[in-house]
Amino acid sequence: MRTIVYFAIGILFGITMFKSEAASWFRIYEMFQFKAFHMYGIIGSALFCGAIITYLLKKFKAKSILDGSEIVIADKASGWKRYLFGGLFFGFGWAISGACPGPMFTTLGAGFYPILVVIATATFGTFCYGLLQKHLPH
Amino acid sequence: MIDYLLQPWPWYFSGPMIAFVLFLLLWTGKTFGMSSNLRTLCAALGAGKKVSFFQFDWKAQRWNLVVALGAVVGGYIAANFLSVSTAVAISESTIAQLNSMGIQDAGQAYMPASLFSLEAFSTPKSLLILSLGGFFVGFGARYAGGCTSGHAISGLSNFQLPSLIAVIGFFIGGLFVNHFLLPYLL
Repeated sequence: MRTIVYFAIGILFGITMFKSEAASWFRIYEMFQFKAFHMYGIIGSALFCGAIITYLLKKFKAKSILDGSEIVIADKASGWKRYLFGGLFFGFGWAISGACPGPMFTTLGAGFYPILVVIATATFGTFCYGLLQKHLPH
Repeated sequence: MIDYLLQPWPWYFSGPMIAFVLFLLLWTGKTFGMSSNLRTLCAALGAGKKVSFFQFDWKAQRWNLVVALGAVVGGYIAANFLSVSTAVAISESTIAQLNSMGIQDAGQAYMPASLFSLEAFSTPKSLLILSLGGFFVGFGARYAGGCTSGHAISGLSNFQLPSLIAVIGFFIGGLFVNHFLLPYLL
């Protein structure tokens, strides 16, 4: 049952990523060139709605629909180094590959098979972070 | 309605739909963060035997692999059954600029063929670009503790300062590469 629910949410997410064109390399390129409002509109309106949703879920102490447990929206750990340095690396990769982790899976389904190289190397990059974690400033 | 859905979705429909996915994941007791599944994947492949960062009960995180699998199927459905055309109508000035950099299908395709057609598998330069991009996305997302979904959408929606710092990092890094590296790389 749970598997079906998450699978369905994933399908909706995949369709949204493809149809919004947020999964298109061209849109990411254009975003970093500030030559269209499209991506900023998507992120901005998602944030506007997301902030209202997050506020309401917290205010009414909403319970999970699946098991009735309280919904916990955790704060991020404080600090700045990991967020800034990690963010920079992520930005490098985002601009080069035009893909962030959600759209990677969407474009695979859409038939752009070389994205498999991106998924494989992103998994390897994640592994390398795990290896180096203790030596990096956080 | 169907005609509308078959066209590329405008930003003011797409953004709220992303927020709806965020809502569904929170409402089912989870979080909206797509890069976590790469960590789960590492753990599922046995990385926990060597590296403590991957020593956790990945089976409890199986749901995010299921979401990723759903995203693959969603991409297939959207590209094959929900699109009249998949050409991305980027601005004329972007098209002209990409053309001058040798990307001839700008404005006519969903992805540049030089990077995402099957020929890319046998083109060393394309493989290098894809690998470099993928590596930094995976490394950076985990270092920063999240990606576009986890920080830019979930975190900022919850007014988290760390997420704002991460998103500023995304854009500094992305702008730098886009303006100073990509013209030589492509």
